[in-house]
Amino acid sequence: MNRKKSILESNVFYTLVAVAAGFVIGAVFLVIAGISPATAYGKLLSSVFGKPKYLVWTLIYASPLIFTGLSVAFSFRTGVFNIGAEGQFVVGALAACVLGIMLKLPPVLHALVCVLAAAAAGAVWSLIVGVLKVKRGIHEVLSFIMFNWIAFYLSNYVVNLEAIHKEGGGEATKDVLESARILFPEGLRNALDCNAANWGIVLAVLAAVLIYVIIEKTTLGYKLKAVGFNSNGALYAGINADGSVLTALGISGALAGLGGAVQILGMSGRLSQFAGQEGFGFEGITVALIGSSSPVGCIFSGLFYGAMKYGGSKLSIVKAPSEVVDIIMGCVILFIAVSQVFRILFAKFHKKKEV
Amino acid sequence: MGKVSHMDESRVVIQMKDIVKKFGDFTANDHINLTVHKGEVHAILGENGAGKSTMMNVLCGLYKPTSGQICINGKEVQFSSPKDAIDIGIGMVHQHFMLIQPFTVADNIILGVEPVKGLMIDHKTAREKVVELSERYGMKVDPDAKVEDISVGMQQRVEILKVLYRGADTLILDEPTASLTPQEIEGLMEIIENLTADGKSVILITHKLKEITACADSCTIIRQGKYIRTVKVDEVNENDLAAMMVGRDVNFKVEKKDMTPGEVVLDVKNIHAKDYRDVEILRGLNLKVRRGEIVGLAGVDGNGQTELVEVLTGLRKAESGEVTLLGKDVFNKSPKETFESGISSIPADRQKHGLILDFSNEDNLILQHFEEEPYSTKGILNRKAIREHATELTEKFDVRPRGSEGAPAGTLSGGNQQKVIIAREVTNDKELLIAVNPTRGLDVGAIEFVHKYLVEQRNRNRAVLLVSFELDEIMSLSDRIEVIFDGRITGSVSGKDADEKELGFMMAGGKKHE
Repeated sequence: MNRKKSILESNVFYTLVAVAAGFVIGAVFLVIAGISPATAYGKLLSSVFGKPKYLVWTLIYASPLIFTGLSVAFSFRTGVFNIGAEGQFVVGALAACVLGIMLKLPPVLHALVCVLAAAAAGAVWSLIVGVLKVKRGIHEVLSFIMFNWIAFYLSNYVVNLEAIHKEGGGEATKDVLESARILFPEGLRNALDCNAANWGIVLAVLAAVLIYVIIEKTTLGYKLKAVGFNSNGALYAGINADGSVLTALGISGALAGLGGAVQILGMSGRLSQFAGQEGFGFEGITVALIGSSSPVGCIFSGLFYGAMKYGGSKLSIVKAPSEVVDIIMGCVILFIAVSQVFRILFAKFHKKKEV
Repeated sequence: MGKVSHMDESRVVIQMKDIVKKFGDFTANDHINLTVHKGEVHAILGENGAGKSTMMNVLCGLYKPTSGQICINGKEVQFSSPKDAIDIGIGMVHQHFMLIQPFTVADNIILGVEPVKGLMIDHKTAREKVVELSERYGMKVDPDAKVEDISVGMQQRVEILKVLYRGADTLILDEPTASLTPQEIEGLMEIIENLTADGKSVILITHKLKEITACADSCTIIRQGKYIRTVKVDEVNENDLAAMMVGRDVNFKVEKKDMTPGEVVLDVKNIHAKDYRDVEILRGLNLKVRRGEIVGLAGVDGNGQTELVEVLTGLRKAESGEVTLLGKDVFNKSPKETFESGISSIPADRQKHGLILDFSNEDNLILQHFEEEPYSTKGILNRKAIREHATELTEKFDVRPRGSEGAPAGTLSGGNQQKVIIAREVTNDKELLIAVNPTRGLDVGAIEFVHKYLVEQRNRNRAVLLVSFELDEIMSLSDRIEVIFDGRITGSVSGKDADEKELGFMMAGGKKHE
């Protein structure tokens, strides 16, 4: 009875309910589109769990999402809203890509330099917005959205610069040098039967653990949360609120930038010119919300989103639109937002049964 | 103030019978009864956490009772939301304001029942109605000011106007006078009288025995969630009420040993500062506080007290002047610097400045010390030391419920939140302690306790600056009383020979009679 109660009060339970509800709504749309939900969802499942190789691909898809999810979750926990993870992801990817092509360094060192540069680029991109907020009082959401577009066009511009553009046309850069890639050793990749298998997931999990420690165990996390929860109270207690906001945005930006590095140095190996924003940063918001803004939660929600993205990319095989994945994810967020309603409904139901 | 009763005993408006309200295993209300008549002022008396607010939240539709019956005008009712209660004419003014900070005063008052013109809110009519209402009841508010910019006193008036605007017949006032000045309290008493003369009933939740004897007809006492009894106020005195409330005799008089004030700790010279409207509010203020004395700053809200404290604690930059602490310059420093120089303070707004409500009590207790040993080592928090510190302080300062070290501060009652702040600031043991309305919303037991700690700081040869809108508090605690009016100190009297009438006169801008 008590255990039942604690389940009814836990966030995880309502997240799962929201996920289930999301799939139900997705099924409705599939039926309207004239596709059997069983077929589509069956394909979704088999494309993720069908072969070990598929699971590896899911991890590859999930890694950058865990990073952007952590970025947004960290900002939520510290009282700012990093809707600019998209732009920070892009400049991170750009920095990693440019240095990955231009620098000539020994293998491990080269990758390390690229990863750090991406984190720094993301942090700086976010900090510019932070300085505007602190010094000029400009709301971060506004400037973040504009900075997303600046990053987008900047990236497209750089991709087409002669020094790094792929020779002989195409709309992408040259390939990043092997020394900068973060791929698994060849033997392991062959064993996994996946050429893009990389260290990204390991880095993502390490980052999540590190962020967890910062938020829960350190004075830095204490300070950032105090400012996030009640900046007046924090100021009164002598905590430097402006400094905390900048620190929080810097860390958040660095995480998104790392996501960009993992995507370039891990999976794609080059940067393409894009017609529209790729959305890793925005998907990070979804990941953070599904993960209840907890770093560990972000690992799981990132994996979930990664699986949905990877599985969804194969839905066209059964003639189902891959957009159904977006519908499901959107509904999941909606249901998490209204989880309070579920809470009340379950509590009522539970009570009735007791009587 | 004279009391005129408008009670019509033949007509019962509200009856609560055997109300039980449980939260999990905790019983907040254990068979509570209440009968309110038409035109009556009915006081509810009880300690912090006795269950008064819970009981009123049941009556105004916020909580559903676990069992029991509510009858309005003889008919049994069941509220599923505060809207049901307000529709039937019961409106509550909460102790902690429920206002939307970035909205204007007028917008807050009309929220949910806006007059409309087509699809648009009719701001002009709304504003007129608000002004009309505030004038009728003599409550000064600026309808166009944003709530985040106005004083605590004005926010309270906005809350009262909000309920009146909705046409309540029975008003529940939860600690309505806690933040009002003596003059404003008199104004409120007049409003209450006007309301009851009009046939409305008022339920007054208060800890202030003086107000009960001054304006209430009946008083229901509850203790630890249980109904004790209902008495006719004419038939009891303040001591009886206090004893019934806490279940023991209470010492009203503050015991203070004689002390000779020592060297000057705080020296404020010729301070000029502007308020949020950019109007000069401190106009050349001078003030000295010495070791071993409590200096009471008496004044009507809005004469610069708030701004003075903000300047002293580093939250506001003054235009010009000089502030020194034991000779050290602390003028226009950051909050951290002023704190480290030796100024600790109990802020006026405990929820905005005093606590991080989402933080646990133990985390709130180390708010200025989280970067120090033993609470953290090299940037890593030491949970064990933090918990031990909290356990020790909650025990010593009687924070209830026990074992709430890990619970968010927001879950405590107002009085216990205040105890957490006091525990923190008193144990900081700085040269100067500034206390702003330290007993706002506290019951007599807790007030006795807070006063004891302020006097103890003084006895330990610390300087104490007490800013309070409670004249009684100023008079019973202060060794010296400074009167602030229009941004300047306009008079000074020794605490011993202070006279309430004379102080009131000086607070209103009059000169001291020689």
